[in-house]
Amino acid sequence: MTSDAAEVQALRLELGGITKRYPSVIANDDVSLTVRRGEIHAVLGENGAGKSTLMKMIYGVTKPDAGEMKWEGQPVQVDNPAHARSLGIGMVFQHFSLFETLNVVENVALALPGNPDLGELSRQITEVSNRYGLPVDPGRLVHALSVGERQRVEIIRCLLQNPKLLIMDEPTSVLTPQAVRKLFDTLRQLADEGCSILYISHKLDEIQELCHVATVLRDGKVTGHCIPAEETPRSMASLMIGKELPVPEHGAPADLGEVRLQLQGLSKPSDDPFGTDLQGIDVELRSGEILGIAGVSGNGQQELLYALSGEVPVDDADAIVICGVPSGRDMPDRRRLNGMGFVPEERLGRGAVPRMSLTENALLTAHQAGMLRYGMIRFERVAAFARQCISDFNVKCGGEDHAANSLSGGNLQKFIMGREILLAPKLLVVAQPTWGVDVGAAAFIRQRLIDLRDEGTAILVISEELEELFEISDRIAVIAEGRLSPTKKLADTNIDEIGLWMSGMWDAPVDNGGQAHA
Amino acid sequence: MLRLERRPEASQMMSYASPLIAVVLMLIGGLLLFSALGKDPIEGFKVFFLYPISDAYGVSELLLKATPLMLCAIGLAVGFRANVWNIGAEGQLIAGGIAASAVALYFYEAQGAHILILMVIAGAIGGMLWAAIPAFLKIRFNTNEILVSLMLVYVAQLLVSWLVHGPMMDPDGFNFPQSRLFDDSALLPILWEGTRLNLAFGFAISALLVGYIFMFRSFAGFQMQVAGYAKDAARYAGFSAKRMIWIGLLSGGGMAGLAGMSEVAGPMGQITDHVSNNYGFAAIIVAFVARLNPIGIFFASLLMALLYLGGEQAQQYLALPSSISNVFQGMLLMFLLGSDVLINYRVRWKEVAA
Amino acid sequence: METSILSSILFATVIAGTPLIIVALGQLVAEKSGVLNLGAEGMMAMGAIAGFAVTLHSGNPWLGVLAGMLAGAAMSFLFAVVVLTLMGNQVASGLALSILGVGLSAFIGKPYESEILPSVGALRIPLLADLPVIGDALFNQQALVYFSWALFAGIVWFLYRSRSGLVLRAVGESPSSAHSIGYPVIRIRYMATIFGGAMAGIGGSFLSVFYTPLWVEGMVSGRGWIAIALVVFATWRPFRVLVGAYLFGGVMVAQLFVQGSNLDINIPSQFLSALPYLATIVVLVIISRDQNTVRLNAPVSLGQPYRPEA
Repeated sequence: MTSDAAEVQALRLELGGITKRYPSVIANDDVSLTVRRGEIHAVLGENGAGKSTLMKMIYGVTKPDAGEMKWEGQPVQVDNPAHARSLGIGMVFQHFSLFETLNVVENVALALPGNPDLGELSRQITEVSNRYGLPVDPGRLVHALSVGERQRVEIIRCLLQNPKLLIMDEPTSVLTPQAVRKLFDTLRQLADEGCSILYISHKLDEIQELCHVATVLRDGKVTGHCIPAEETPRSMASLMIGKELPVPEHGAPADLGEVRLQLQGLSKPSDDPFGTDLQGIDVELRSGEILGIAGVSGNGQQELLYALSGEVPVDDADAIVICGVPSGRDMPDRRRLNGMGFVPEERLGRGAVPRMSLTENALLTAHQAGMLRYGMIRFERVAAFARQCISDFNVKCGGEDHAANSLSGGNLQKFIMGREILLAPKLLVVAQPTWGVDVGAAAFIRQRLIDLRDEGTAILVISEELEELFEISDRIAVIAEGRLSPTKKLADTNIDEIGLWMSGMWDAPVDNGGQAHA
Repeated sequence: MLRLERRPEASQMMSYASPLIAVVLMLIGGLLLFSALGKDPIEGFKVFFLYPISDAYGVSELLLKATPLMLCAIGLAVGFRANVWNIGAEGQLIAGGIAASAVALYFYEAQGAHILILMVIAGAIGGMLWAAIPAFLKIRFNTNEILVSLMLVYVAQLLVSWLVHGPMMDPDGFNFPQSRLFDDSALLPILWEGTRLNLAFGFAISALLVGYIFMFRSFAGFQMQVAGYAKDAARYAGFSAKRMIWIGLLSGGGMAGLAGMSEVAGPMGQITDHVSNNYGFAAIIVAFVARLNPIGIFFASLLMALLYLGGEQAQQYLALPSSISNVFQGMLLMFLLGSDVLINYRVRWKEVAA
Repeated sequence: METSILSSILFATVIAGTPLIIVALGQLVAEKSGVLNLGAEGMMAMGAIAGFAVTLHSGNPWLGVLAGMLAGAAMSFLFAVVVLTLMGNQVASGLALSILGVGLSAFIGKPYESEILPSVGALRIPLLADLPVIGDALFNQQALVYFSWALFAGIVWFLYRSRSGLVLRAVGESPSSAHSIGYPVIRIRYMATIFGGAMAGIGGSFLSVFYTPLWVEGMVSGRGWIAIALVVFATWRPFRVLVGAYLFGGVMVAQLFVQGSNLDINIPSQFLSALPYLATIVVLVIISRDQNTVRLNAPVSLGQPYRPEA
């Protein structure tokens, strides 16, 4: 075989000039990419850079408007996911495509062609799961599985088709640090066997640890290639955003003031049959500090937030004390009157009404600030409030009468946060403050939270991004399976310890090396 | 081939234009229907749409027919805006008619303005009580209000049937299923000399005005709109879901009850087992075509009334069953729901990838 | 109560429950795919008039049933276009379909109001029909009664033992996941919706061709709505639909109970006629109280529009 042919053989996937347009944005603009056999190839970019769209085209979920794709040297057009799978392409989605009321075998069967025998399939699942260190029980219903287990089902589903290319879309956002290590071992094993891996992520340290090469996307275009091992997270970040990464000034926390939030034995069974029950949560939060609560999604964060905000009140009024007032049974508007502000995880649909204008959305929680008279709305005042919010918080939009769903994720988050902050809350509860938000807005939001803390507000941040919590928190705790760990000052702990706690093991004895024994 | 492409922002213009498009499509559909039935389409159009309003009396009949539709539709619209689906307005109308008739028959042969006032109150309360049942069941047991309010329509029809065959039957009426004819003191005063148009039309216009203020200027109306657009946001803001279910259902029930009263104390002058001509259901169509907006309700009620009158004319002059009105009404609603797609989506001609 | 009276009550119950079974099972399949079609009343009405008219003109009741099926399918196709392709609101569109169907059938049916069809003989199963009490009720029935049982068995097999049924359930639970894996969500929902409409049409034609072989405006009298409520009450499980349908059938023939029991109470006929509707409310309340069961069994995406991004 000539060296040219060998060269061509080694090229598993080639994308040339791929372009995809949507009505309001060009998602991918003339993107070219090459993946070799056995290569772990990172696709790096912040939210909205076009990574997911590109993957969807490789997997056949959508089709490009221009450009061509070559698979193992041959030009190809992927018509649909089944076609992709028959070529040997597998994809593990960021938001799993699993069916909760069906069991593992049925879920896997749905991704396979034809009508496979479920018993035989069960056997194959067990075999693959053992071989790659991904333990899973074929007979269990998916809704009973933890998030990490569900991801294993997604991966096994792909592996059963002997993929030559495996696409992983933001796989570690739902894993503890320890689980991430295990996943990386599996991926390296696959790469050694010749499988190529496309690894989509915005987590620079992970890409540095795992990936052989990286392609950087920004605003739909390829802005660079690099070898992660030869770069630093900072240099990759500037490739990703085109400028220096802003670092929030954490500063020293002010003197702690009065207690603004007390949770005393907060317990509540979940309303959701697939949810997590809260068990005996105790914590205290004072004015002038930021408490971060870490945890893998699905461990009770939703239930805790509903209880805190009052969207799902609890029976025991004393379980939640806001600024000295037992508030467990109060509705959200009453809690706001007592000094609480709340920025939820879902912006469209919960924090804001998508179809309504920013002015109307301001009225949602700010109505207590003198915008009503005898039950009638004073529209000028509401509009003025909205305008102030827009200017104080750098919200890029067409104006206060534009609909909330016309804003980008980051700008809407800034608006919602601004609305709550402008009401001068004594206690601010924030969930996932920068999820899905571009890097510039994320830095702005984190800085504003720190500034707010300096002005005396007590802030509770619940987030799945450990890096973020380590950046802004003064104290940190972990929620796991509905229980809350003890809190620790940030300086007294590190990511590994918190990562361990995320599996619920904060009571385990620890040896000098910081390792806990199960 | 033709494809639907999502608009970056919902088109305001289209949300006003789509009812008009639906009306045009309905007219075209109607012309085709007349042809298919072997009638000259132009003749059919004239008989159906123009004859009914060709003289002053016709216009008064139009306003008279539109009155119960306006009353029901504004009440329903308040609820629909909050995603409270009151489908049982027909039953609430009957319940209001029964209550008002009970007052009228109780005070039979008495005089005084208080009789009519009591009838109005009774009508509204009767309708509200009938709507309170699905409201209570939804709040207490989370039972679907569409099915409950609808089942109660059938129950109400059977109830009035029993009443006019029994307790409310006119003893001098030769066993016809109807009550005594009401005294003048129990009939609504006529507004337009020489016609049947009565005070209820004034109620309807007032209701539209109050509805407008409630929906667009009051905080309570705002809360209901939020609940309709985004249930989780309403909960996040602390808006009471219970209160909105009560307001949503009772407003529809009260207005429908008032409409029932206006029928028995107006053109009917008594209660029979045919209190309503499907007004409760037609009002649902009116509310939709009007985009739940009081101004739209005014015009859509007139259109719907015209469809009713047109059916009667068609029966007389074209030898077609009067239920052709229902066909037009159903077509109008279907076309509206279909053309609503243009609010959020554009039609584009896209080349299929080679 | 004498056994012969018990037997005739059972007989009447089975017949009364049959259209409910057929319509409700069709609805169940459609709802399992995530589509909520509130137009059952209208589809049944169209099925009834189509069945009646075609039977009258052709003399063949089976052509009538076929016509009814096609009428129901056509109506549901219209609905599917509005809600699946044009993404209209499912609740409002279903209501519109009901209004349209009832109105259109009244309009078409006007000339048929005084006609009567010859009654169709029962299909008697030898030996089994001789069983005491239940023999007549179960084995000396109209062919469509046996069809309803076959339909039940077929749907149970389809949903829980076949690949396509698995795919259907997956689509109903999470259309976006199904789409990501590559299943044609919209096409599957179209098929499920049209199947539901076809069954509603058959149910409607059963009423006008076999049950009371005549046509009257409004003869469906809410059975379509009751069938919808039945699916909720059965928490989307076919066997419970069967049981529930016969329970309702029994309520509908309550008058026979009263007469057969020799009780000398004067219950107004309107009250007895109101029983099915009141019973529907009661069973809805009962099942809605158990939110957990409802949430575990209801197709997650029921009633929500699916917007494919591709």
